[in-house]
Amino acid sequence: MLDLRGVVLRYPDFTLTADWHLPQGAEVAIIGPSGAGKSTLLAAIAGFEDLSAGAILWQGRDITRLRPGLRPMAMLFQDNNLFPHLTAFDNVALGLAPSGRLSAAGRAQVTAALAQVGLEGFATRRPAQLSGGQQGRVAIARVLVQQRPLILLDEPFAALGPALRREMLGLVRHIAQDIGATLLLVTHDATEARALPLTVLVSEGQAAAPMATDALFADPPPALRAWLGQ
Amino acid sequence: MARRAGPLTPVWPGLVLAALVALAVTAPLAALLARAGTAAPGPADWAALRFTLWQAVLSTLLSLICAIPLARALARRRFPGRDALVLLLGVPFVLPVIAGVLGLLAVFGRNGWINAGLAAVGLPALSPYGLQGILLAHLFFNLPLVTRMLLQGWQAIPAERLRMAESLALTPRARFAHIEGPMLRAVLPGAAVVVFTLCLSSFSVALILGGGPGATTLELAIYQAFRFDFAPDRAAVLGLLQLTLVGTAGLVALWLVPAAQAEASRGRVLRHWGGGRGFDAAIITIAALFLSAPLVAVLLRGAPGVVDLPPSVWRAAALSVTLSVVVAALVVIMAGGIALAALRFPLLEITALPGLALSPLVLGTGLFLLVYPRLSPEALALPATVLANTLAALPFALRLILPRLQQAVADHGRLAASLGLSRGIWFARILWPALRPAIGLAAGVAAALAMGDLGVIALFADADRATLPLQVMRLMGSYRSDAAAAAALVLVAISLTLFWACERVTRDA
Repeated sequence: MLDLRGVVLRYPDFTLTADWHLPQGAEVAIIGPSGAGKSTLLAAIAGFEDLSAGAILWQGRDITRLRPGLRPMAMLFQDNNLFPHLTAFDNVALGLAPSGRLSAAGRAQVTAALAQVGLEGFATRRPAQLSGGQQGRVAIARVLVQQRPLILLDEPFAALGPALRREMLGLVRHIAQDIGATLLLVTHDATEARALPLTVLVSEGQAAAPMATDALFADPPPALRAWLGQ
Repeated sequence: MARRAGPLTPVWPGLVLAALVALAVTAPLAALLARAGTAAPGPADWAALRFTLWQAVLSTLLSLICAIPLARALARRRFPGRDALVLLLGVPFVLPVIAGVLGLLAVFGRNGWINAGLAAVGLPALSPYGLQGILLAHLFFNLPLVTRMLLQGWQAIPAERLRMAESLALTPRARFAHIEGPMLRAVLPGAAVVVFTLCLSSFSVALILGGGPGATTLELAIYQAFRFDFAPDRAAVLGLLQLTLVGTAGLVALWLVPAAQAEASRGRVLRHWGGGRGFDAAIITIAALFLSAPLVAVLLRGAPGVVDLPPSVWRAAALSVTLSVVVAALVVIMAGGIALAALRFPLLEITALPGLALSPLVLGTGLFLLVYPRLSPEALALPATVLANTLAALPFALRLILPRLQQAVADHGRLAASLGLSRGIWFARILWPALRPAIGLAAGVAAALAMGDLGVIALFADADRATLPLQVMRLMGSYRSDAAAAAALVLVAISLTLFWACERVTRDA
């Protein structure tokens, strides 16, 4: 369970609060107007932003002071998800062994992960030799080998077209369900948000408690209505 | 793109200017070749060549080794005074070399602060002369340059990549291999070859701190052949050696250094989640002391004597300011004109090469051979100084202006052409605002470099025609060290003011 207890992020130009928790295995979209703090919230959960007040707990354990790499999560960004000078195989391998040294079993695991995202035979390619969709798949294969119980996605695959993006999200969800991971997705695409069962609306300095997406969109509050342009 | 915007950007002035540069370079060069004839370099000349290479290699290694931890510390730490320190890193580049050396002598010299401290605890004194003195001075002038280049490299690493490395919990070793290593591999060769080239043709440092059989560079040997032995033949041979050496290094530099060397941004600090705080603090403290102490020394020793400076110093200052304003204007006009023509003929950018390859002393020697004995060397002093400094600053100016110009034409050329803008509007309303900061910086660099130059003028000057740097050197030579420090302080103040004024006036609003 991910538990945000009285979380406050205070900046010169805005403040964001969040006070809610998520069950294990939940799939949550984080939406809201740009500049409201969606990415900041995700960065705080990942450990890239310090809290001004409050605490973040995972399975009852306080992880507020933990370094990002020691938190139980895997993260994907908008871009720059891969190291340009490493092959697809080596990029995925870093998810398994941060030192870069792999056992034979580890190598097999990386190969299997690449196969699972449909990239058999692409192991020796570098990012520049792959299409945008293939690069996304490599990043997802890395999330797969990381086997972390929390997967954070910050508008990933923003450079891809709608169909490819849907496909990538489907792939990530599939993997998340496989490992039983909780999924948090920051998005500015209403269709993408509606595909997930839960939604957190970030607006006016507050990240609201997660609500059932269908119910939220059936009767949108004013902030969501404005965001949707209704 | 450039061709389509053609009617709006005149080409012929640039072609004429480039032809003038070519003439100004080839004529003295031909004179050098003719005079050197088949004369072979002697043992002393080969020794000078070896020493030039050796000190340049050592200086480069030293600068890189010290700059890497410093840039790394600056990239990851935020502390009070960080902006001031990054600003301080920009100073040595526009600091007159003679003033910097004088400051270093005040700190590391026989009667300097360090030796006073060593003597107090009964340790033997360190000498600031010879190879170690030259290396120390080159470190002082080049460490900031390399640090700024590396700092840009560190700041150009995408934030997501750092966060990803962090969220993958990469070990320090893997982090270096995948993030910092590739950046260093991309940036270090360029930085190394720039420092190497600068150290090959460093004259003032060798003139004051070097000398003798063990520490004579080619540039210094040319000066001595000319000034003490009056042996133009030998100067010509040495000049050709120097030209070959620096020309080769300059070509490599031009090829290796990325075109857009924007200014180091002061704003962004990489978020960092690791230890090593004590090490970073130590590095930053040592570097700040090393870089600021000579400046403070010039200020402390020079300030009391400024009011008592003899009129000759103020006359020299007036002459230097005039020269540097003329050089700055010429550099801007030439770089602007050549850059416009280079839109159509990209090859014109090689006009910058002579400035890199042809050191002022080599150029001066060639010019002298060209006019001697019809004209006296003294008559040549001022025109040759202007020419040498203009050629020397031209590569920097072109590198600053040309990329901005290309960008402006690529961004706005089509729209301007489709609107049918007149040439006047195109220049005044579109190009000038886009180029203004680059032009100001180019003018500032040219003015400051010319202000501090001690090359051609040392070769030709007579008793009553001296620039301010030469006057400082003469005061040092006659052991009037307080007056020398005061004159150096005036020199530093004028150089930095000229640079600051050019840069300030044209900065983006």
